[in-house]
Amino acid sequence: MAGLLLSETEKVFILHGVQDDYRSDGRSNIDYRPMELETDVVSHASGSARLRLANTDILVGVKTEIDVPKPDKPDSGRIEFFVDCSANATPEFEGRGGEQLASSISNLMQRAYHSSQAFNLKQLCIFEGKQCWKLYIDILILECGGNLCDAVSLAVKAALFNTRIPFVKAALMDGGNVDLQLSDDPYDSKLLDVGSAPLLVTLCKIGENCVVDPSAEEESCSVISLIVGVTGNRQYYTQEEETDKKTMEGKCTTIAMHGPGSVAPKTLKEAINQGIIAAKSLDEALGQALLRERQENIGFKKHSYGFLK
Amino acid sequence: MPGPDLLSSQGLRLDGRRPNELRRIKCKLGVFTQPDGSAYLEQGNTKVLAAVYGPHQAAKSKSSTDGVVVNCQYSTATFSTGERKNRPRGDRKSQEMSMHLRQALTAAIKTELYPRSQIDIYVEVLQADGGAYCAGVNAATLALIDAGIPLRAYACACSASMAWRAGQPEPLLDVGHVEEAAGGVVLTVAALPNTGSIALLEMSHRLHMDYFDVVLSRAMQGCRDIEIILDRAVRDHLAEGWTKQDIVTI
Repeated sequence: MAGLLLSETEKVFILHGVQDDYRSDGRSNIDYRPMELETDVVSHASGSARLRLANTDILVGVKTEIDVPKPDKPDSGRIEFFVDCSANATPEFEGRGGEQLASSISNLMQRAYHSSQAFNLKQLCIFEGKQCWKLYIDILILECGGNLCDAVSLAVKAALFNTRIPFVKAALMDGGNVDLQLSDDPYDSKLLDVGSAPLLVTLCKIGENCVVDPSAEEESCSVISLIVGVTGNRQYYTQEEETDKKTMEGKCTTIAMHGPGSVAPKTLKEAINQGIIAAKSLDEALGQALLRERQENIGFKKHSYGFLK
Repeated sequence: MPGPDLLSSQGLRLDGRRPNELRRIKCKLGVFTQPDGSAYLEQGNTKVLAAVYGPHQAAKSKSSTDGVVVNCQYSTATFSTGERKNRPRGDRKSQEMSMHLRQALTAAIKTELYPRSQIDIYVEVLQADGGAYCAGVNAATLALIDAGIPLRAYACACSASMAWRAGQPEPLLDVGHVEEAAGGVVLTVAALPNTGSIALLEMSHRLHMDYFDVVLSRAMQGCRDIEIILDRAVRDHLAEGWTKQDIVTI
């Protein structure tokens, strides 16, 4: 983290706090900081969300484009992640300064969404082998206060939940080319099935223990952090009761490690399990919040705050 | 004669405004905790964030003994426009905008107070619907005030265009995206309305010199109106007495 200087004694204080399961801001090791989430904040995008996790501020916009599917997967759509570290977060990101961090996050997201069990790309197919939707997921990091990956994954899932894809009204075949006519009505559109989209959970190893949702200070105390991507559960994202009740297990779609240190295999396994549990409760909370917001939206009860709050 | 259809026969513009009417401005100071000053500004559907870091020690290559170095970066979110942008910054347009921002804001800052120092001003356009540069200058002014940097005057920017109504020229204030795209003249002015001076003036397309004065005076009027709005926002913010920054330090 930029501009953050901690003395040795401050680091020891944080470390002792983690050992006693009572962190410097009063949380336990498995607690998240409060979050604010709002969807549909950018009207030029098909879907958008803004998430503020304590000091971390993420804005995600989803744009759709018609593209040609990949030859090896003719019935699937395409999805592309782009992360932009705004210089608003820290002057170090000015110019090309944030590109390394940006590409590491976008690669991580791309890997987490790669599995077909994580995000079903078939729902983006329009015309097999000829046309498909391409989703550009643009992530803008406006402020860094630790735990970027978790915040990004939550905001992306919220933005995808909010994304509307217009229906195709007519398709004209002209030789080998397809000419599509899309519906102009913004409400004549479908929503994506994002229930199973993965969430990332960062586990920061401080001393001998792992904590979730590290703040910027805690991140600077840790030598290594583990990031697990866990698929979501579809039932949290739908109000239909008749969906089969079988609870889908959170499956790991990606595991990554960051930092110069190393961990023992046993600690690693414990940390992964801890991550899966955390992801499950995060997923449930996110689903509830998104459904509640959609309900308010239908009833025209929702106030739009954006950054003015 | 460009854009005779920018005004309806009733004298209203495409988005229903009168010729001398600004879009609705909503703004907030102190949106972020990390920068020394930050502000968010909405002008109609154009939404802009600005952050200010500094004054801090200048990079060696930039350092000047005469006064503070003002470093600006203008970037546009990839999802901000109707068509997706590939790069948020680094293209010609953003570089030009960064230079224009620097020119307008350097005129407002009391640069002589901080020799060998640097002030970083970052403007991020979240949603562009015409007049993003003007909104950027206005937001940056608020962010500078939030950072407590001494200013000579508010730097306010406003654009103006020209339309015809019943054979008479009628200048339009605060040009939106649709009017920009219609291809008429766009005159962008960044001014210090308090002193009445103009820090930056830029014009695209052609305009007969006979009409230059009316369009310019309309744009200056817009700058004065914006100054009143910004001033009220600053006073309200100060009356409230705290920013997010303060909460964290407590």
